[in-house]
Amino acid sequence: MRSAVSRIITPLIDQNPISRQILGVCSALAVTTALDTALLMSAALTIVLCLSSALISLLRHHIPHVIRLIVQITIIASLVIVIDEILRAFFFELSRALSVFVGLIVTNCLVLGRAEAFAMRNPVGPSVLDALGNGLGYSLILILVGSIRELLGQGSLLGFTVFQTQTDGGWFQPLGLMQLAPAAFFIIGLLVWAIRAIHVDQVEPSGQAATPGGGLR
Amino acid sequence: MVDPRAHRPGLLARDNDDPVKIVAVAGLVALCSALAVTAAAILLEPRQAAHLEAEQAARMAAMLETLPAMAEVLAESGADSLTTRLVDLATGAFVDGADPADYDAEAAAADPASAVTIPAELDIAGLRQRAPHAVVHILEQDGEVALVILPVSGTGYQSRIEALLALEADLRTVAALTITAQADTAGLGARIEEPAWQALWPGRVVSDETGAIVISVVRGAASTPYEVDGISGATRTGNGITNMLRYWLGDHGYGPFLARLRDGGL
Repeated sequence: MRSAVSRIITPLIDQNPISRQILGVCSALAVTTALDTALLMSAALTIVLCLSSALISLLRHHIPHVIRLIVQITIIASLVIVIDEILRAFFFELSRALSVFVGLIVTNCLVLGRAEAFAMRNPVGPSVLDALGNGLGYSLILILVGSIRELLGQGSLLGFTVFQTQTDGGWFQPLGLMQLAPAAFFIIGLLVWAIRAIHVDQVEPSGQAATPGGGLR
Repeated sequence: MVDPRAHRPGLLARDNDDPVKIVAVAGLVALCSALAVTAAAILLEPRQAAHLEAEQAARMAAMLETLPAMAEVLAESGADSLTTRLVDLATGAFVDGADPADYDAEAAAADPASAVTIPAELDIAGLRQRAPHAVVHILEQDGEVALVILPVSGTGYQSRIEALLALEADLRTVAALTITAQADTAGLGARIEEPAWQALWPGRVVSDETGAIVISVVRGAASTPYEVDGISGATRTGNGITNMLRYWLGDHGYGPFLARLRDGGL
């Protein structure tokens, strides 16, 4: 029980996929201009991650080693297409805003990373918990970044006005920069800084290469 | 010769490096994935299509409401005075015998059999090919054209832009421009969808005295009737709109049709 809880809790901050493992950054930059798209993307990714981890863990004894990556990608890609179709059928407006980024969950290192590093070696239960924890960790960062960018960039949250903008007769001058991709880099950078200020053990010794694995997907 | 069936283990019991199992697993995974994807695509397709249609219809209705001429004419003569016609873009003539409601311009533009390739030097809107016909809406008043509504499409910064352009009776003055589809950067290019920006269009003039199409979205503030204020940070989206209108109003677009309307009315 204790380990089950820690599997979900650890990836939230200590081993957060974005701030610690620097995985899934590309989509984190793209879909966080507003909170609603960040929420939907988080949900889509978490669902894909859980389902793919469950399926891959279920099949793990029968996936031949030589074609394991192809099999994993095939499963992940199919799940992503199905989720994308469902979003376009039931959340039409939001799926418009997400555009290609749901499809790009396929190339999100986070999903393949968890499949390869965890689900291939562990039973279904722990794999799903691990996926859920990582999905929630990703969601946490996306929601934080999305909230900050929408609030400062548009003066609203989930479309509801929080700060009355000057164009609507209020006092707030929206920060245009917040709507551009670099703003997400700055915010994620500041978050990484904040987390490492508290968890000093996360700081790499100087002169050593940065966290392995990933790339900016 | 060993009989292959002599001691044939079950497929799943085979060693993972066994070539038969590798092929079988790959095939099964591919088959299951294909089934899942196909089922999702087929089952959800009607629902998605309904969303798309509803969106287009809502945008069209919203645009018609904002046109002042529209409200007057409709009040006088009822909704029937808005006619929908199919136009052959090459000749500018109406296509008779086909129901415009059945014409799917998007499919016709994608289908190699019907699509018209746009010569590269004319393809400023980045479309590569277009449908041979277009569905236009014409509002008549006392037998005269009061308003024409033309569907146009082009390429923005990162997405395809689709819009409806309404021209007044002189076929030069913009009555309205409504963006019906786009996916440019949220907060920048996507602001072309905002009513505040679209409200800049009515009254703008698309062509000068010689008939040349000169309308453009400029950086900063507009200084002539042929210009529309651009959106800061969305120069390329603005250029996309300029090129879209210049292509569609030009000789390869609605040029022949507009010339015909100008010469002989309906």
